[in-house]
Amino acid sequence: MGERLLLFFQYAGGTSILLAQTVAGLFVPPFRRTLIVEQMEKIGVDSFPIVAMTGLFTGMVLGLQTAYQLQQIGAESYISSIVGLSMVRELGPVLTALVVTGRVGAAITAEIGTMRVTEQIDALESLATNPIQYLVAPRFVALLIMLPLLTLYSDVIGIFGGYLIGVYKLGVTPTLYMRMTWDVIQIKDIMTGLVKAGVFSMIVATVACYEGFETSGGAEGVGRATTLAVVISFIMIVAADCLSTAIFYFVFP
Amino acid sequence: MIEIINLCKAFGSHAVLDNLNLTVQTGETMVIIGRSGCGKSVLLKHVLGLMRPDSGQVIVDGKDVTKIEGPELQKLRMRFGMVFQGAALFDSMTVGENVGFALREHRLFPEGEVRRRITECLSLVGLADIENLKPAELSGGMRKRVGIARALAIRPDILLFDEPTTGIDPVMADVINKLVKTLHERLKVTVVLVTHDMVSAYKVATRIAMMYEGRIIATGTPEQIQSTGNPVVRQFVRGEAEGPITADQPKRRTFIG
Ligand SMILES: Nc1ncnc2c1ncn2[C@@H]1O[C@H](COP(=O)(O)OP(=O)(O)OP(=O)(O)O)[C@@H](O)[C@H]1O
Ligand SMILES: [Mg+2]
Repeated sequence: MGERLLLFFQYAGGTSILLAQTVAGLFVPPFRRTLIVEQMEKIGVDSFPIVAMTGLFTGMVLGLQTAYQLQQIGAESYISSIVGLSMVRELGPVLTALVVTGRVGAAITAEIGTMRVTEQIDALESLATNPIQYLVAPRFVALLIMLPLLTLYSDVIGIFGGYLIGVYKLGVTPTLYMRMTWDVIQIKDIMTGLVKAGVFSMIVATVACYEGFETSGGAEGVGRATTLAVVISFIMIVAADCLSTAIFYFVFP
Repeated sequence: MIEIINLCKAFGSHAVLDNLNLTVQTGETMVIIGRSGCGKSVLLKHVLGLMRPDSGQVIVDGKDVTKIEGPELQKLRMRFGMVFQGAALFDSMTVGENVGFALREHRLFPEGEVRRRITECLSLVGLADIENLKPAELSGGMRKRVGIARALAIRPDILLFDEPTTGIDPVMADVINKLVKTLHERLKVTVVLVTHDMVSAYKVATRIAMMYEGRIIATGTPEQIQSTGNPVVRQFVRGEAEGPITADQPKRRTFIG
């Protein structure tokens, strides 16, 4: 037990140091614009289809589930508010972050881990290049920009999914559906979602890169590191979501 | 001058470097020999500050590599070229991008000059017209030579080679040996070269150091090493199965392999 606690603190310390070094590295030249753009494409643009799919189905499921309940009290038109709010505040950010962890976080760990075990990271250092600045910083920035964008995108698609159910299954009129959506969603809700997405992006980037750097033991080690990165990111995202929801709930009611 | 003083490094309970001392003079070609797994690669990584020792110092022209970090360490590394045992090419980049990496990264030259240098360094190791291939498309020996070209690109004044001729055909190996000799004779580069290829060791070395059980047990010119009285060294350089070195690994291997 004591040993586990020690390992936990070692992990927390290690990731915090990496995060601090990454952020510090952002303000020191050279600035890696081409690398950042490259990563934004890999991380963000290429994730659009899968984020769209998840968003659409989540919105539809949410619509169906609430419809089932609301029909009993004859309040079908409220489905739009429920779907809209849930997507924007909660499901959009969390599901997008989880999908991105699976697609991008795993890839980052596998790539950096392979570079570690094949000594490419040593080679980078031998060529007087700081691997944190070269490998971590661009991925960090790309995630920080792209995850909130993907989240917004997922919100919109999710609302569209709910719209399909509300309008075509429950017969809510399109104008009423849209009005009830816009009426309840405030700027504050959207910001809440975006702040969450920003926090999640830092979790994914830091954990994935940290696991990559800490990889040892060949191909098997890379596999292990990748699994760990995904599992730890998942847990931390869900925990951070709970924590930030609580903070928003109590501090900005 | 590189002075390695009382260097110790253990992985778990396995002491790989055990109070190792070695001095490499500026401009000499020091060949380090020793059996597989005795810690030669680990030693080279300490010289470049890629690994930190448990205790001891590595002093390069008055600077202790084990103590400095950040920009100061980067600056020192710009004087080094390192050829990794497994080449360690960046597999997301083409051969040309690999060789030109440090030149572009540190904006040392305009693009035209960078391209000229890439071609020049590749031709030094007997490679041409492969700039646009990816490392995965090369043979093991070609990759090793690209690794050498990459280390040469910034024209370092200290070169560290980790088994440059292993896995390379004899003709190409001799090209590499000649290259190391040329670097030594014409450019006065300091070379530290790790190998178990005794032919190549005798050809390029100004001095040879034998590493055994975490220490340097003998140093001397190739002639001195060849006619040594030390039974361990004699057995190694002659490649004999009988002698003080036994077939099992000198110490326990750790979980990493
Ligand atoms: N990162 C590491 N973690 C744990 N042990 C390590 C690590 N790197 C090296 N070792 C151990 O250190 C010892 C020396 O390894 P090293 O790679 O330096 O051998 P070597 O002399 O270069 O051998 P070879 O000639 O086969 O390349 C080995 O026994 C290895 O198990
Ligand atoms: Mg080695």
